[in-house]
Amino acid sequence: MEYIQQLFDQFFGTEWGAMLFSLATNMTFIFAIVVPLLLGVAYLTFAERKIIAYMQIRVGPNRVTFFGIPWLRGWGQPIADAVKAIMKEIVIPTNANKFLFILAPVLTIMPALAAWAVVPFSPEVVLADINAGLLYILAMTSMGIYGVIIAGWASNSKYAFLGAMRSAAQVVSYELAMGFALVCVLMMSQSLNLGDIVNGQQGGSMLNWYLIPLFPMFLVYLISGVAETNRAPFDVAEGESEIVAGFHVDYSGMAFTVFFLAEYANIILVATLTSLLFLGGWLPPLDVAPLNMIPGFLWLLFKIAFVLFFFLWFRATFPRYRYDQIMRLGWKIFIPITLIWIVVIGLIMQLPETAKEIFPLNLWF
Amino acid sequence: MIFQDIIFYIFAAILIASALGVITARNPVYSALLLVLAFVTCAGIWLLLEAEFLAITLVLVYVGAVMVLFLFVVMMLDINLDQLREGFWKWFPFGALIALVMVAEIAMVLMGNHFGLEQMPAPEPQAADYSNTKELGRVLYTEYVYAFELAAVLLLVAMVAAIALTLREREDKKSPNPSHQVSVKKEDRLRIVEMPSEKKE
Repeated sequence: MEYIQQLFDQFFGTEWGAMLFSLATNMTFIFAIVVPLLLGVAYLTFAERKIIAYMQIRVGPNRVTFFGIPWLRGWGQPIADAVKAIMKEIVIPTNANKFLFILAPVLTIMPALAAWAVVPFSPEVVLADINAGLLYILAMTSMGIYGVIIAGWASNSKYAFLGAMRSAAQVVSYELAMGFALVCVLMMSQSLNLGDIVNGQQGGSMLNWYLIPLFPMFLVYLISGVAETNRAPFDVAEGESEIVAGFHVDYSGMAFTVFFLAEYANIILVATLTSLLFLGGWLPPLDVAPLNMIPGFLWLLFKIAFVLFFFLWFRATFPRYRYDQIMRLGWKIFIPITLIWIVVIGLIMQLPETAKEIFPLNLWF
Repeated sequence: MIFQDIIFYIFAAILIASALGVITARNPVYSALLLVLAFVTCAGIWLLLEAEFLAITLVLVYVGAVMVLFLFVVMMLDINLDQLREGFWKWFPFGALIALVMVAEIAMVLMGNHFGLEQMPAPEPQAADYSNTKELGRVLYTEYVYAFELAAVLLLVAMVAAIALTLREREDKKSPNPSHQVSVKKEDRLRIVEMPSEKKE
């Protein structure tokens, strides 16, 4: 690393060299996050098709392979899908607003990728180690809705517009519950920095994870995450039985794929945040010899995959919610639960030290 | 810092252009979207001032929630532009007065040296580990707690008033009761009838 920095200094002089060096390292880091993320998205779609297929006693994609290797059958499917999407024509409807029609997918994928800037992958590996990391992620995920609304409006189609309206109302409602659930987390960790939040859950075993004292918040966060990403059973924004495909009904080719990529990138983001905030991030479940020798990064990946499985499982299990019931769940059930839990956590934090030791509350507080 | 100056001027140019666009765009949806752009660039300028909590909250609250609902309403309404422009000359003196007050205020800020700015030195730049959020929270909940709670009560009153003004109980509405629907048992809806199978002739 220092050798490369010296090379930069020699080539561009000390002033420009330092600036260009930090630019180059940041760009490398961004690529090191985005490329595996997009690959992860591709293979998440494959995992989804396979897992749902097995849950429905089917086989799922089992043809496309690499170099004719028989035991890789099906693994080439996401790549083939991507190539197909790139080759297809992007049809712009005659009465659509062309500028906004093209802008909408861009506005969807931008926050979905930008939010990853503050996600820590292990204690040291993070692109931007900022104090207000959690707030930044909330701000970024809340911006993703613009792509959906603009897509629905610019398509100049009733189906698309209805899908966009549904999605906007749903995301704004669940954002509140999500935000309140996160307030509980940051009350306990007393930090908005994601790395500090994970470090606050350290202590030898999985009993110290925020999952246990904040179990209701974990459920609220996970379910709100499913609703925020417009996934089944909350996918009324797409609702193919009523409004064809919702906000992206008029999109084709790569423009549609960008929406698709953003949705799955958001799913992975929610799974990652759930692992970091509630499941102890890169910490092993038990701090003993065979478990703590596995690198933290692998633990984080394992937890992300575990949460992602729930997303796929939900889709295979539950029928779609009715729209008024989605609203009722968000406003009348989740928000009161989170408000009560904030008060409970606040009261526990104000208990005297001796009381915390009698109940084993000093594990977390 | 020359780099920060360049970024500031870029943000400021985008902010002014988008703010002009908000009031000149013919399509109200464009106006709303340009207002979003103005908020985001404004957040960028606040970040340059090291007010990261305020900047992110601006994006979170105004861009993420308020403007979404605003856009929602603007897209749903069938706005007649001619009707909107009708009262222009009637309200022009009032608008001009507000604009004059704002210009005067901005002038006082920009010409601060004539109004005793040197009595208030620029704040010291903070260390990297300084948490804006923590400091703001501490001040807000200790020194300014009454003002903070007054503002909260004011917002609550506004919210209750808005709901009370717009809530209309219709006599003929047939809204379902989800909690009743969810708690329905099989026995309430379904009657299982025993039917002996018939012998084939």
